[in-house]
Amino acid sequence: MSRELSPRTKLLLYGVLMVLAVPFVFPTWWMVTSSLKPVADIFAFPPKLLPVDAELDAYRRVFELQPFGQQYLNSLYIALVVTVGTLAVAALAGYAFARIRFRGQNVLFLVILAGLLIPSEVTIVPLFQMFFELGLVDTHWPLILVPILGAPSVLATFIMRQFFISLPGELEEAARVDGLGRFATFWKIALPLSRPALGAVAIFTFLHSWNLYLEPIVFLSSPEKFTLPQALTQFVDAYGGPMWNVQLAAASMTALPVLVVFVIAQKQFVEGLAHTGLKG
Amino acid sequence: MSQTDTTVGGVEAPPTRDRSRPYWTSRRRDQLTGYLFIAPQLLGSAVFVILPLILVVWYSLHEWNVLAGTFEFVGTENYANLADDTNLGSVLRATGLFSVGLVVFNLGLALLLAVLLNQKLRGTILFRTLFFSPVVVSLVAWTIVWGFLLQDNGGVNGLLDTIGVAGPNWLRGEGTAMFSVVVVQVFKNVGLNMVLFLAALQGVPAELYEAAEVDGASRLRQFWRITVPMISPTILLTSIITVVGSLQVFAQIAVLTQGGPGTSTTVLVYYLYQQAFQFHHFGYGATLSIVLFVIVLALTVLQWQMRKRWVHHES
Repeated sequence: MSRELSPRTKLLLYGVLMVLAVPFVFPTWWMVTSSLKPVADIFAFPPKLLPVDAELDAYRRVFELQPFGQQYLNSLYIALVVTVGTLAVAALAGYAFARIRFRGQNVLFLVILAGLLIPSEVTIVPLFQMFFELGLVDTHWPLILVPILGAPSVLATFIMRQFFISLPGELEEAARVDGLGRFATFWKIALPLSRPALGAVAIFTFLHSWNLYLEPIVFLSSPEKFTLPQALTQFVDAYGGPMWNVQLAAASMTALPVLVVFVIAQKQFVEGLAHTGLKG
Repeated sequence: MSQTDTTVGGVEAPPTRDRSRPYWTSRRRDQLTGYLFIAPQLLGSAVFVILPLILVVWYSLHEWNVLAGTFEFVGTENYANLADDTNLGSVLRATGLFSVGLVVFNLGLALLLAVLLNQKLRGTILFRTLFFSPVVVSLVAWTIVWGFLLQDNGGVNGLLDTIGVAGPNWLRGEGTAMFSVVVVQVFKNVGLNMVLFLAALQGVPAELYEAAEVDGASRLRQFWRITVPMISPTILLTSIITVVGSLQVFAQIAVLTQGGPGTSTTVLVYYLYQQAFQFHHFGYGATLSIVLFVIVLALTVLQWQMRKRWVHHES
């Protein structure tokens, strides 16, 4: 499809691309600029594309109304623990299924793959009951343990397995002949080679945890335990109506750091996700 | 790959001494390592996937109200209740509408964007970054902003007003609410499918197009006869991911419409959540979970069947 284009076609394409970009870019722009506007200007007509009298009042209110700093830390540490845990679990299992021969391998792989067909929404009722019986409701344990060990990590294991299968075996064979044990071979040879796959798995695991909404609102009830997505919806006035500028300020603080990291590392993000097992 | 038992250092033994080999041969040790490596995932699956799945079936056979403290075996009564549930028809319709709308819009737009970005054009990386950026924006943050934009006096209607169009109250109208939820979700995640399509498009050999060009085939014809068949494995993969993902939609509904107006955007997961965690009907909630499970299962099987029919080649 990559043929030379005439200048006119190019101009047309740029026009189409710019129009198409509006719904992708405008919401983020509108979120940040509106969060800086005085309440009176938020629904001003005609819409003000730039905040005229920018103020940070909404940002101050975010921290007054909720333990937002704590909630930020909650989301961050949960997502990091889940990411590291998932990488460990998925790399080990993926490597074993790709490289080691053991009895019952195929059956066990199918048992684990079943998790792909059982989204956690299907099992949310019994999971709640299980954690309730263990006294772990209103703690972060369900948000950490289920993603690392349950259905969400199965896709990660699958991707790691596909990646390890695609790695040439000679390096490992050489290492084994040199007397390296299985774990050492895995740790020193296979794992360093699998950085692209690990990166992609890390990115989507982090985002998955960072985005979780159903699980936090089912399991958590104390504001200081809330995660960010849950906290964002709590900025409401006495009548349950959203306090828009405060919500948008909190949303901006939630979205912008990840966006900045993404813009800096966009090549790794995009190509990592495209070129691992997800490619099919 | 094949492993022979005697190649690994340490326990290497000449074949003649086979009978006196220690119990922990390299092969046995390797097997054990395999089991240890998969142990966390296997135990995790047993505890957090298989066990809850069994429990959800068990719960679905009970009348269980958490608030009232009742837990009573009722056999298939919950399943009979499904048939009597006047909301269920509308819930399934909303779920189907959302899934179909999402898959059609998402895959269509993703393919369009991928084809545009696959042209010889400067700055496609910039546009790729822009189209992908909502994927990394927190889902609830993205949804809140769109909720703000789609208010009756919000940004979307404000922009429409400047060109003289009076926009509807998007989130409060029967037809527009579902449309809005679909659109918000499409723009959120279409970048993911776009990137997968782009990788697939770049894998199509240029000679195929050159040959078609020589034969005088039009661009459109080339697209349908070459591009679509060549990237069909990716179309199948993205459609599976998107369909299964569409059945899990929850946050967008909870934030934008709370299932309304009426029950027009009450999709299955949202209904399940309401029944189990708002009305405390755990037994019925479990029954709805089974319905969700059966739908996911059926759709996945269907799509794998379709793969045999129309996927052109397997990579």
